[in-house]
Amino acid sequence: MKVANFAALALFAGLLIYAASGLPNRGDPTAVLHRDTSPAGTPSAPSYYIRNAYKDAATPNMVTVILADYRGFDTMGEETVIFAAGLACLLILRRKRKNPQGEIEP
Amino acid sequence: MRDYESDDIVILVSRTLSPFIMLFALYVIFHGHYSPGGGFQGGTMLAAAVILIRLAAGMDIAQLQFPRALGMPLGAVGVLIYFGTGVAAMLGGGSFLDYAYLPLPGAAAALRSLGILFVEVGVGLAVVGILVSIYDDLLESGER
Repeated sequence: MKVANFAALALFAGLLIYAASGLPNRGDPTAVLHRDTSPAGTPSAPSYYIRNAYKDAATPNMVTVILADYRGFDTMGEETVIFAAGLACLLILRRKRKNPQGEIEP
Repeated sequence: MRDYESDDIVILVSRTLSPFIMLFALYVIFHGHYSPGGGFQGGTMLAAAVILIRLAAGMDIAQLQFPRALGMPLGAVGVLIYFGTGVAAMLGGGSFLDYAYLPLPGAAAALRSLGILFVEVGVGLAVVGILVSIYDDLLESGER
């Protein structure tokens, strides 16, 4: 069983490394990911963010502007997911206290 | 946790360290406009400071600092701040979460900056409350 686990892990690691070898180099201007326009010829979102983040929100940290303003719905979903996780933990784990007579108190 | 004994050195070090962790967490939240950071990261650090006191002094004494019942309400308040910011933008005439229409004086860009601040504070509060609440629940379920 252990051997099978390690074999699966090694296989997965090999798959990841193979996939990573296909990524473009950092800052490569010819890579599709970094081009100013998408393959369909429309302007891409990252270049818009880089050009307009400070003008739109007067905030120097571009990442904050994207997370909280341009992608505000996404961050709202993240927060809701965390809240749901907390609620689930509360409902599953928080047990009702028993008093010495063995009766469950609310 | 039954045979738990508090130790003076551990309590002293945690008490000394905890306010500085909280201060740095607040810095991370409120300086998120200018440097890496924001609500999630700062909130996690605030929760770490609270949980440090819980670990060092025990659950009973730590109740004085952050009561067990406070976690989920604080999380709900954080989520409500986020949603409230979005709804306030709607009341101001824009679409949901469009901070430029917040009903406050100021230019659109400055209002967006302010809206981001509100949202980050909401996220930070929610993360503190919910992380501490999850810690308490796990601890309590292990006590049976």
